[in-house]
Amino acid sequence: MTVNFDKAFGIHDDALLLFERRTQLLAENIANVDTPDYKARDINFDQVLQNTKTEAVKLNATHKGHINTSNEALSEVVQFREVEQSSADGNTVDLQKEKAAFAENSMRYQTTMHILSKRISGLKAAFRGE
Amino acid sequence: MSVFKVFDVAGSGMSAQMLRLNTVASNLANAETISGNENEVYQARHPVFQSILQEAGNTNETATVKVSEVVEEDTAAIPHYRPNHPLANEEGFVYSPNIDAVAEMADMISASRSYQNNVEVLATTKEMLLRTLQLGQG
Repeated sequence: MTVNFDKAFGIHDDALLLFERRTQLLAENIANVDTPDYKARDINFDQVLQNTKTEAVKLNATHKGHINTSNEALSEVVQFREVEQSSADGNTVDLQKEKAAFAENSMRYQTTMHILSKRISGLKAAFRGE
Repeated sequence: MSVFKVFDVAGSGMSAQMLRLNTVASNLANAETISGNENEVYQARHPVFQSILQEAGNTNETATVKVSEVVEEDTAAIPHYRPNHPLANEEGFVYSPNIDAVAEMADMISASRSYQNNVEVLATTKEMLLRTLQLGQG
């Protein structure tokens, strides 16, 4: 019997990748707060969920020459934010919202990290057999 | 790992805001720089920010900030009648720049806040990465 780490970590290691990408997007929004015509972007989580559900029809990359389709799924879900209040310079960054989203995202990341840590200590305990 | 790009992004934001602070400092410092020639008087300078998209369409794409140019204002200089001033022209006029000190101060506060936001993003990301390094050690 072998230990399947994919099963042991479940959705959480994929979630980390997503939160990581979102950290970068929100950092870009915050850095471009004063850039004229910059359009704020974020990840559409509904779309991510939809893509995960339909992953069964995606191709598996079993050879190093194969294209990994799951990365493409991640780039599709990056969308421009809907503008609630337009500004004269065409910038759509709402700094308060971006900061709140950044804090939320970092909390989610840390929660996922915590769960992963617990799973790893669970596995360790099982290996020791104490 | 794309999360390291956050350092590039926030760093570019910080350097752009720092340049903005520099122009504010320059504008305020030269607010009283007198000139004898109406056309040679100091003009307020302002940076123009631009977003640079790298590796577009790929999961590693990043949008950093760049200062594309620094533009000079084109406002009329304020004439002062001071015939005894060493720089005065034949009619006895010297000219001072038309700088809006209140607008410059507001710009300074805005630049400083934006800089702080970028620093905060850096600190939070660093914290997240350090926690990731400790994964499985607890």
